[in-house]
Amino acid sequence: MHKLMTDTPGKKLFILGNEAIARGALEAGVSFVTCYPGTPSSEIPLQFYQLTRETDIYFEYSVNEKVALEVGAGAAATGLRTLVTMKHVGVNVAADPLMTLAYVGVKGGMVIVTADDPSLFSSQNEQDNRYYARLSGLPMLEPTTIQELKDLTAQAFDLSETMGLPVFVRTTTRLNHMRGSVDLGPLKPVAGKMRFEKDPFSKVTVPAVSRRLHQVLLSRQELALQAAETGNINQILGSGELGIVANGIAFNYVRDAINDLDLGERTSLLKLAFSHPLPRDLCLKFLQQVEQVLVVEELEPIVEQELKALAQENGLGLSIRGKGVGGLSRLFEYNPALVRQAVAEGFGLEYHAPEKIDSSDIPDLPQRPPNLCPGCPHRATYHEVKQVYGQDAVYPTDIGCYTLGLLPPISMADFLICMGSSVSSACGFAQAAEQKVVAFIGDSTFFHSGLTGLVNAVHNRHNFTLVILDNGTTAMTGHQPHPGVDGQPLDWNRRRVSIEQAVRGLGVDDVHLIKPFAVRKSIETIRATYEHQGVSVIISQEVCPLFARATRTQKPKKPYFVDHDRCRNHRDCVRQLACPAIYLDEEQVRIDEAMCVGCALCAQICPERAIRPVKTSSEAETPDA
Amino acid sequence: MQNKRIVFVGVGGQGNLLITRLLGEASLAKGIPALVSEIHGMAQRGGIVESAVVMGNVSSPIVAEGEADILVGFEPMETLRAIGKVRKDGLVLTNTAPLPPFTVSIGQGSYPDLELILNLLRSKVDRMFTLNAKGLAETAGSLQSLNMVLLGGLIGLDHLDIGPGEMKETISSNTKKSFLEANLKAFDLGWEEVNHEVQSAGPEPVS
Repeated sequence: MHKLMTDTPGKKLFILGNEAIARGALEAGVSFVTCYPGTPSSEIPLQFYQLTRETDIYFEYSVNEKVALEVGAGAAATGLRTLVTMKHVGVNVAADPLMTLAYVGVKGGMVIVTADDPSLFSSQNEQDNRYYARLSGLPMLEPTTIQELKDLTAQAFDLSETMGLPVFVRTTTRLNHMRGSVDLGPLKPVAGKMRFEKDPFSKVTVPAVSRRLHQVLLSRQELALQAAETGNINQILGSGELGIVANGIAFNYVRDAINDLDLGERTSLLKLAFSHPLPRDLCLKFLQQVEQVLVVEELEPIVEQELKALAQENGLGLSIRGKGVGGLSRLFEYNPALVRQAVAEGFGLEYHAPEKIDSSDIPDLPQRPPNLCPGCPHRATYHEVKQVYGQDAVYPTDIGCYTLGLLPPISMADFLICMGSSVSSACGFAQAAEQKVVAFIGDSTFFHSGLTGLVNAVHNRHNFTLVILDNGTTAMTGHQPHPGVDGQPLDWNRRRVSIEQAVRGLGVDDVHLIKPFAVRKSIETIRATYEHQGVSVIISQEVCPLFARATRTQKPKKPYFVDHDRCRNHRDCVRQLACPAIYLDEEQVRIDEAMCVGCALCAQICPERAIRPVKTSSEAETPDA
Repeated sequence: MQNKRIVFVGVGGQGNLLITRLLGEASLAKGIPALVSEIHGMAQRGGIVESAVVMGNVSSPIVAEGEADILVGFEPMETLRAIGKVRKDGLVLTNTAPLPPFTVSIGQGSYPDLELILNLLRSKVDRMFTLNAKGLAETAGSLQSLNMVLLGGLIGLDHLDIGPGEMKETISSNTKKSFLEANLKAFDLGWEEVNHEVQSAGPEPVS
């Protein structure tokens, strides 16, 4: 049994924040779950993926966030409790249905998890998705602890049904990826199919309908406001004269700061865990019981500005500050020391931060950026494309492991803004730039948002080559399936959509398949696209070695070693590939046998043919397929 | 007990997330509240992976610069890079087996002399403990149990309210049978080496 199916109310589980969110949904009787994976949200849907054989919950990895939300909207409109999860930038993709789903509303409770990523641990920006609550008019909960991640997710379903609106649960990386002890509640049964009740004049958003629905949204917001005011989700803790307002993970930093600075008696702490709509009466009560206010919120000064407006409307002249106090910035995540310092500084308290270790005499250390894994097929494809197109071509790239092609020695990533931008921006580069253009996109990203850009490229006769890196999985976020994968090793019985057929069906005539570990042949195939006018597509097919190992779909291959009788220290392998398994020892190239997975890429580029499989060292062959 | 903040720093693939989780579990089993903070995603592809365990009456799952009581380093250069994490009067436990990053192989910087690294580390904190975790893991029968050597060393510091028996119970109930023997042996080897040093150094100076 999956641990999240433990049906023992009162029992404690030590789980990840994302597992707590999934458990909260289970305790609310969630019956329908959609998502597109993305750090830091990925482990939420992972739980439901693992649960597919244990429960009747419908779960899918949708092709992208817009589709995930629309699929979920159908289920929620029918009446099923529905969870839709995505990372913060995924909400941008889902923004179109989001804005009007807010008008139409839901019948079954719908919870949308937006997992924000301050400090950009694994993202292309650090946008503050609290603005989406304001933009769409939807309620937003912001849990502060591991327990609240579970409890508020469960409560969000009830709120959603009471108000008839989808409800956001917003998290940040530190909440998603914290682990702590959670008290379990009872599980609720899963609902099956039910009859969809037709009501086209409330659900088909032609202008006449939407004019009315916009009013409906505003009246539903009144219900949400009442819930934010009267429930126990928002709380004022303490009754001192120093007011602090905090949300999300920062609430914990504030609690620790109050303890560390021994301010318990002097503070009033407003926890905003139901942050939109802003509970105006509660906030007003808070503003009236304190003499000054410090707002501690990561990223944008949203609550700070809302409180300032509220104070002004009510003729309150107290000082309300946030950004700019101590290190409180719009940039990056906060931490306990930064918040402690800001609280002390904000209230003019004497505080001396503990003396830190002087690290001024530590020499510059070599960097350790993330790198493509040993045996990663992307490394081979990059190498081969570079042999044909050189360093001068423009290489728009996309989001996935292969974005690491940015780093030397590959250095083949020139432009990236979002999922799918490789294909569409290549259209622009092909028209505007003098160089050749080769775009790279992963298989999952291609289905997510590469298809439309490719139609655009074909139709408008753009001239570039698109390389689709098909490693049979969504590798970066933890090996989720996507429409193009073979579901068999995963026991994932969904229909496979062929990338090649899709590409041909979209009108691309010049389509090539390569097996990137057959180096010479791949280079020849890539060369055939060089002079082609129009869109060429190269599909590079080779399974992710981590995925192959996890699913045991490939027999382990023999590792390779460097025969030092032959090696003349050209070091092409080292310089061109930067494979983590290849290293220098006393100026000699060696291969770490424990890391090498036997892809034989280095063996094929060695000018001396000095790299050979272990145990067959007596044979003088070099495998070159 | 006093609040304890422990930061673990290693390289993707060395298994530091597993031992932070196990330490958290053992802490809770002992009735000490614990929070763990982990890094998932891009950093796991061979980059630096930092995690933390906070024990006691603490709400924040992460540890600020200069505020860790103990820094556990899985790789000597990474221990040095992260030295700012630990308090001036804190403890450092580090693996001494280098794992040079690929940037060194392609000529972007050179890996510092190991003795230099260890001496710099020693000069920064009151007490430092070293383990050849790679060597001890090999002795235990599995290179993959390097993390267990360090967990053994951490418990061997006698600094947390978790004894080796309690820790090993948590390891046993969370490890697949095929790995268990090597893991427990690795734990013991790490524990013995560090605890021997702790015992022979006499009582810890009161801070």
